[in-house]
Amino acid sequence: MTPMLEIAGLEKNFGDVQVLRSIDLKVARGELVFVIGPSGSGKSTMLRCCNRLEEPTSGSIFIDGRNIMNALSADLNRLRLQTGMVFQGFHLYPHMTVLKNVMLAQTKALKRPKAEAETRAMDMLGRVGLAHKAKAMPTELSGGQQQRVAIARALALDPKVMLFDEPTSALDPELVGSVLKVMKDLNAEGMTMVVVSHEMGFAREAADRVVFMDGGVVVEQGTPDQVFGNPQQDRTRAFLSRVTGAE
Amino acid sequence: MSNIADMFFNLDIMRQALPLLMQGLVMTLKLCAVVIGLGLIGGLFLALAATSPRRWLRWPTMALIDLMRALPPLVLLIFIYSGMPFAGVQMPAFTAVAVAFLLNNSAYYAEVYRAGLQSLPSGQWEAARATGLSMPQTLVHVIIPQAVRNVLPDLLSNTIEVVKLTSLASVVSLAELLYQANMARSVTYNSSPLVLAAAIYLVLLWPCVRLVSRFQRKLSI
Repeated sequence: MTPMLEIAGLEKNFGDVQVLRSIDLKVARGELVFVIGPSGSGKSTMLRCCNRLEEPTSGSIFIDGRNIMNALSADLNRLRLQTGMVFQGFHLYPHMTVLKNVMLAQTKALKRPKAEAETRAMDMLGRVGLAHKAKAMPTELSGGQQQRVAIARALALDPKVMLFDEPTSALDPELVGSVLKVMKDLNAEGMTMVVVSHEMGFAREAADRVVFMDGGVVVEQGTPDQVFGNPQQDRTRAFLSRVTGAE
Repeated sequence: MSNIADMFFNLDIMRQALPLLMQGLVMTLKLCAVVIGLGLIGGLFLALAATSPRRWLRWPTMALIDLMRALPPLVLLIFIYSGMPFAGVQMPAFTAVAVAFLLNNSAYYAEVYRAGLQSLPSGQWEAARATGLSMPQTLVHVIIPQAVRNVLPDLLSNTIEVVKLTSLASVVSLAELLYQANMARSVTYNSSPLVLAAAIYLVLLWPCVRLVSRFQRKLSI
């Protein structure tokens, strides 16, 4: 079966700085791939290349077998509907209610009729446990609630892959759990997910595969048990002892 | 003392001058409608061009905005009304005034919009584009409403300046409020029409000035 997401020979330069040097990664349908690595390792850039928020310097990105690098701009807008993205900073639209936030791209990009979009939005808000906040403004919500709305906003477009860019890094510790739970449920229902995050505990528990990146390359990958329990590379060992050393 | 009251606050003369001043007011309001209406739209497009990532679009636009802000509006007006005919371009006073003030004011509105656009975090763009919204859709539904909301007091403030600016049109004999008042003054040998004109400007603009102050207080909280 074709992978849901395939990254092949991906390279990205910012000016003279090479941030990604030939990344290859396949994500199977329903798989939850966890990407870890030190800051500056290129993991967020890699994720942002998957919907061309960041324009790759070279390489291919296949979503469900289709190379999105060939798409022209109008086509690209359509292809972006297939990848839902969740950001560290939530980025809800502060001038719209929660419900409107979840409806906007449905009606404008997907051209869904308004009534259908609203039903769908309420479904998604229910799924992240926030149907009762539909009429609230984003600023009235906690960070964890805002992030769950952001997840609902992405899900409402029926994406094939969900990309999470450090979804819990901006949250107070007590709010992290609710977001992780939503993510776990989502994966349990079969969603393909790529998660860039520092939540090692969550990775151990929920990830199908852990990818360790450093210096713009994939250094090592395997099941959580393999990567966390028996890392093969020195760089992986050094990173893991740094982040878990305090425990 | 009664002399001062007679020269500046002569109700009889004010009553006589009122129809003339009302005609002037209508002209002033027409001019405002054109300059403010088109200025708000033109300014927005200038601001979008001035914040564009495309250099060939951004640089000429910024140069134009700078030029228009540095040029005194009266110089621009007289150049267009009295200077351009030498190049064979002649236009009625109303058009000349509208063009001159539109150029001037679009630039000011553009600067206000630009501040609003640049105050938005790039995450708003990214979130919208990541959900498949096109560039125009992102502008219309996400970016512009927030940018405008952030600079509403400044937009209103600038609009008040436009209304005041239109009095310069009297220089090229456009029959707006100040011109009519001055005409009435010279016919009656009395300054009361000018005082009446000032009072009309005050009645027109004072509520707007208060509104700006209230907006600013609300935003600073």
